[in-house]
Amino acid sequence: MKQPKIQTRELSLFYGEKMALNSISMDIPEKEVTAFIGPSGCGKSTFLRTLNRMNDLIPFVKITGEVLVDSLNIYDKQIDVVNLRKKIGMVFQKSNPFTKSIYENVAYGPKINGIRERKKLNEIVETSLKNAFIWEEVKDRLYDSAMGLSGGQQQRMCIARALAVEPEIILMDEPASALDPISTAKIEELIFELKKNYTIVIVTHNMQQAARVSDYTAFFYLGELIEFGKTRKIFTTPDNKQTEEYITGRFG
Amino acid sequence: MSKKNKIIGTLFIGTTAFSAFLIIAIILVMLIVIIIGGKDTFSWEFLTSFPKDGMMKGGIFPAIYGTALLVVIMSVAAVPFGAITAIYLTEYARETSVLAQTIRFAVRTLATVPSIIFGLFGLGFFIKFVGGGMDNIFLGGQLKWGQPNILWASLTMSLLTLPVVIVSVEEAIRTVPREMREASLALGATKWETIRRIVIPGSRSGIMTGTILAVSRGAGEVAPILFTGAAYYLATLPTSLSDQFMNLGYHIYIMATQSANVDQTLPIQFATTLVLLMLTFMLNLTAVIIRSRLRKKAK
Repeated sequence: MKQPKIQTRELSLFYGEKMALNSISMDIPEKEVTAFIGPSGCGKSTFLRTLNRMNDLIPFVKITGEVLVDSLNIYDKQIDVVNLRKKIGMVFQKSNPFTKSIYENVAYGPKINGIRERKKLNEIVETSLKNAFIWEEVKDRLYDSAMGLSGGQQQRMCIARALAVEPEIILMDEPASALDPISTAKIEELIFELKKNYTIVIVTHNMQQAARVSDYTAFFYLGELIEFGKTRKIFTTPDNKQTEEYITGRFG
Repeated sequence: MSKKNKIIGTLFIGTTAFSAFLIIAIILVMLIVIIIGGKDTFSWEFLTSFPKDGMMKGGIFPAIYGTALLVVIMSVAAVPFGAITAIYLTEYARETSVLAQTIRFAVRTLATVPSIIFGLFGLGFFIKFVGGGMDNIFLGGQLKWGQPNILWASLTMSLLTLPVVIVSVEEAIRTVPREMREASLALGATKWETIRRIVIPGSRSGIMTGTILAVSRGAGEVAPILFTGAAYYLATLPTSLSDQFMNLGYHIYIMATQSANVDQTLPIQFATTLVLLMLTFMLNLTAVIIRSRLRKKAK
């Protein structure tokens, strides 16, 4: 296994009294694709959102344990959560463009980081859109509203928007669950390209997708990490009986 | 269905339909009476000239001007204040915190306080306390701010319309989807940057609706300005914040109760009422249109 980019140590999460994640420890390797699978409500999305502290926004959430990114505990008091989120991009289940132009969407992150120079912004917008495989489709309408794009285009634009802040890690929360097969294929192709430069963690309920795009797979069930390993192994010879039953479609 | 049930059913439908019809009828009758009574007096000249002959003739321009000025100053005070409160309530305060609940309770209470109480409060607080205090400190007791004027009347009115602004802006802020805030935060924006760049632009139409509703409410209210700045008759338009002003609603009240010959001024009363009604109707209509577009967007 390559150098781990993210490590969690006995990470538990509570919604009030209810335990949603039970003592999860895992190492997520750098510049690989790690997929989280498991039935609905198993905690995979919640776990993903602990990795960039998005759960901070929800009241009454309590987290114990550690999340180390490049060996630094991101729940440490000294960590600036705003800087952390610049380092860890996120793509959501439902594409969520701002009601602004395509250009303004992608330039949003760089702008809040203080980049004002038009030429530099143009450059970032173009590169990000190219890296998200959507430049050719939008280059003639950069100043039109992003709301006019199709669902799949919106999602790729959201990926471009995340890339524009030059993160090291990209978290994807079921990025293709609302998309048609062709758009899904494009996103998967994109993930394959992106892992050359980024560490990618993807939550998916689609097991074929996990098998296609990921190098490592983690199976979650009822808030626990049941099994984690190379995707090929998880999908062919899992160690755990529950994993096998889920993979073969006997429950979930 | 038994025959008895059928009769009860028919009766019930009849009663509800009649009630609904009655409401429309009342409004129609009011409108028709006002239009018939005012139509001969209502003219361009009526809108643009000063009252003449002890207000028995002439127009209502100073009252229109005064009302407009009142609502403008009122909006300048109430809209930013209300919008900031709404942002605090929706974005920063926890729904269950004591402070947030206290503010909400205060806003609800403010909305139900009779408008004459606002007038008395304005007289006591703005004129006597703030204005009188300013005169004592800056002018050595010379009377300038410690008397009714358009500034104090506008501020008093802004207190009355504050709940309208707060509620509208809050509603608009809630239509900005959580996903959009999360997208902004996930890109490394701070909470304030998210509010400034995503939430406020996304609730612009709500802020506008709130403003218009507040203006329409403020344009029609008389009680709050009764003691705080409205004048019976002025030969000149107000030019400073310390001037008194004429007002449409107050003008109707004066014409109907204080005029030397009420019957003679009747057409002017009707026409003034017509102007006031048209004004508030147009404002409300605009607010309804913006709001329905906002609701569509939220879906």
